[in-house]
Amino acid sequence: MSRDETYAKVMEIIGRYAKNKDALEGASEDTNILEDLKVNSARLVDVILDFEDEFDIEVADEDADAVNTVGDAVSLIEAKLG
Amino acid sequence: MSGVALSPAEVLDLLPQQEPFRFVDEIVEVSESRIVARYTFPADADFYRGHFPGNPVTPGVILLECIAQVGVVALGIYLVALEAGREAVERRLALFSDAEVDFSGIVKPGERVTVSAHRTFWRRGKLRSGAEMHLDDGTLVCSAIISGMGVSR
Repeated sequence: MSRDETYAKVMEIIGRYAKNKDALEGASEDTNILEDLKVNSARLVDVILDFEDEFDIEVADEDADAVNTVGDAVSLIEAKLG
Repeated sequence: MSGVALSPAEVLDLLPQQEPFRFVDEIVEVSESRIVARYTFPADADFYRGHFPGNPVTPGVILLECIAQVGVVALGIYLVALEAGREAVERRLALFSDAEVDFSGIVKPGERVTVSAHRTFWRRGKLRSGAEMHLDDGTLVCSAIISGMGVSR
């Protein structure tokens, strides 16, 4: 899977929980998931679980804690996919 | 601090919600994966005066709160204590975060309900449970997927 494909799938997953649909339209790898897209912190757990299910990876809690931007999530998943 | 498996009575004792907003009388069983509890809605509860005059029915939001107190708060107390001990429970407060709910019956004043919930996931301080509420005659009143998260007090 290319980075662009991973990015598209990450955005699709985050989009399920994002409250700011306008920010979602204009998002990039630098977009902050909690602050810009208004995903609440409890929903971030759902996002991580969806990453695990849909990319078939395991994300440790410490790795999940380091995810702030969309790009952080893409890089984490790319690293897990190898 | 080492973990401890609390008894049902100890979990009930640690439940922070109190009168007039406690909707759990008794915890029948609790384990890592499942909890069962009961509550009788008092016939003289204040909300029946307005919901509805002359035709009292327990509000759906109150049924949902009852399910949340059992399936998220009480089960969460058990899980936190099991991982980190009783003191860890006392340092945290569980807040309701999200739910999907279907109502399929009504609860009249004075009726007793049984709530059974099983853990769907417990990750990073967030607990999601699948739960059902039944009347004593077996009628399904409400089913829900309900989540909450612990925050520091």
